Amino acid sequence: MSWRLSVDPGECMGSGMCAGTAPDLFALDGDRSRPVREHIPEGDERALDAADICPMRAISVQNADGRKIGPRE
Amino acid sequence: MTATDHAPLAYPFNSGQDLDLSEAYERARDTPGLLRVRMQYGEPAWLATRYADARLVLGDQRFSRALSLEHDEPRASEGRRDSGILSMDPPDHTRLRSLVAKAFTVRQVEKLRPQIRELTTSLLDAMEAAGPPVDLVDSYALPIPVAVICRLLGVPERDRPQFRAWSDAALSTSSLTAEEFDRNREELRSYMADLIAVHRAGPRDDLMTALIEARDHGDRLSELELVDLCVGILVAGHETTATQIPNFVLTLLDHPQALARLRAEPTLITEAIEELLRFVPLGSGAGQARYAREDVEVGGTLVRAGEPVLVAIGAANRDALRFTEAGALDITRGGNAHLGFGHGVHHCLGAPLARLELQEAIGALVARFPRLHIAGDITWKTEMLVRGPRVMPVGW
Repeated sequence: MSWRLSVDPGECMGSGMCAGTAPDLFALDGDRSRPVREHIPEGDERALDAADICPMRAISVQNADGRKIGPRE
Repeated sequence: MTATDHAPLAYPFNSGQDLDLSEAYERARDTPGLLRVRMQYGEPAWLATRYADARLVLGDQRFSRALSLEHDEPRASEGRRDSGILSMDPPDHTRLRSLVAKAFTVRQVEKLRPQIRELTTSLLDAMEAAGPPVDLVDSYALPIPVAVICRLLGVPERDRPQFRAWSDAALSTSSLTAEEFDRNREELRSYMADLIAVHRAGPRDDLMTALIEARDHGDRLSELELVDLCVGILVAGHETTATQIPNFVLTLLDHPQALARLRAEPTLITEAIEELLRFVPLGSGAGQARYAREDVEVGGTLVRAGEPVLVAIGAANRDALRFTEAGALDITRGGNAHLGFGHGVHHCLGAPLARLELQEAIGALVARFPRLHIAGDITWKTEMLVRGPRVMPVGW
């Protein structure tokens, strides 16, 4: 079972917070961030943390059912 | 020959009495490798001045803030600044940051725009009623961010004179002894601890109450972390914005064409503020050195594990390799990925709020007073981490 990571390129401002927090999950391409891999093993809390601290709320984490679980409300 | 053959240069380079960027930065940017510098206190450090190097040092996990606590960190005053969340690395840093991040997202702070607009209108009305000259700092630049952060956090606005003095001292680089520095910090902490007790007894709809909840029911932070986080938000939440408002006004008055363009096209305010954030070097130097966890090559210099690197944001923001016409103020500049709010995990928590306050404050001021001008001598803040007028009389 896996989680799906995505970064909305229209929202991302490249603060570097996600890549600094979890460099194996997110990387900066020029001025924008992207997930290193779209699918990650489920349960990696750092993906949710990264979604939570993004100042633009540009990161989404979806569970295996396609339900959005991050950022947490 | 390497940079280490030379004695470290005295740092910071910038004067505290203006907003200029020292020419020493231009030379440093054009010279391969990092510069070796020494601040008044602490060990010598490397200095990164190029945009790419700055982004690497600020954004890469091989560089640590927490390691600074184990070293004689380069600094401008004798007192050690254990800067709470700014001295933490992930995952500790992430734990605290995630508690406060929600309150400062773009979507969340955008809801404050009508309130801030109302506030600028009433302050401008009061300035007009008083008549020129008026001190822009005391009558406009300070009250806006103070009111906003006080309401958001849950601190009484009437305490402003009290926490202003502590906040000034917290950011001071003057001859405060380590003891004076510590005493000031303890006073500020005890003020905040009292406020936290009041909030505990009577929860409200504010950030302090939410953080108390996270501590008391979620056990997600210690009592000292709670106090220091609130102190940090109060100080960082008003000092920099209050300083940048007069700085931006001064810079626009120095660039009459840009100011005329902004007045003619008020919707340019968003781009204008981003450009001012890039162009105005707020800091007199650099602080918050990053320590290498392992050997890392930065801009042609091998930084050894355990060595500190300072990042000159103001210099990186004028790097011609990244920005066209880097030395010119262009309020229509697009794709402006400046480092005014830093970069990486310590990217300014309050950036969306600061942007909003600066857009509203500058936009309303230049629209209200078409003949805005300096009307007296500017008194500069001296011996502070941030540069800007302490008093700035304006007329219109």
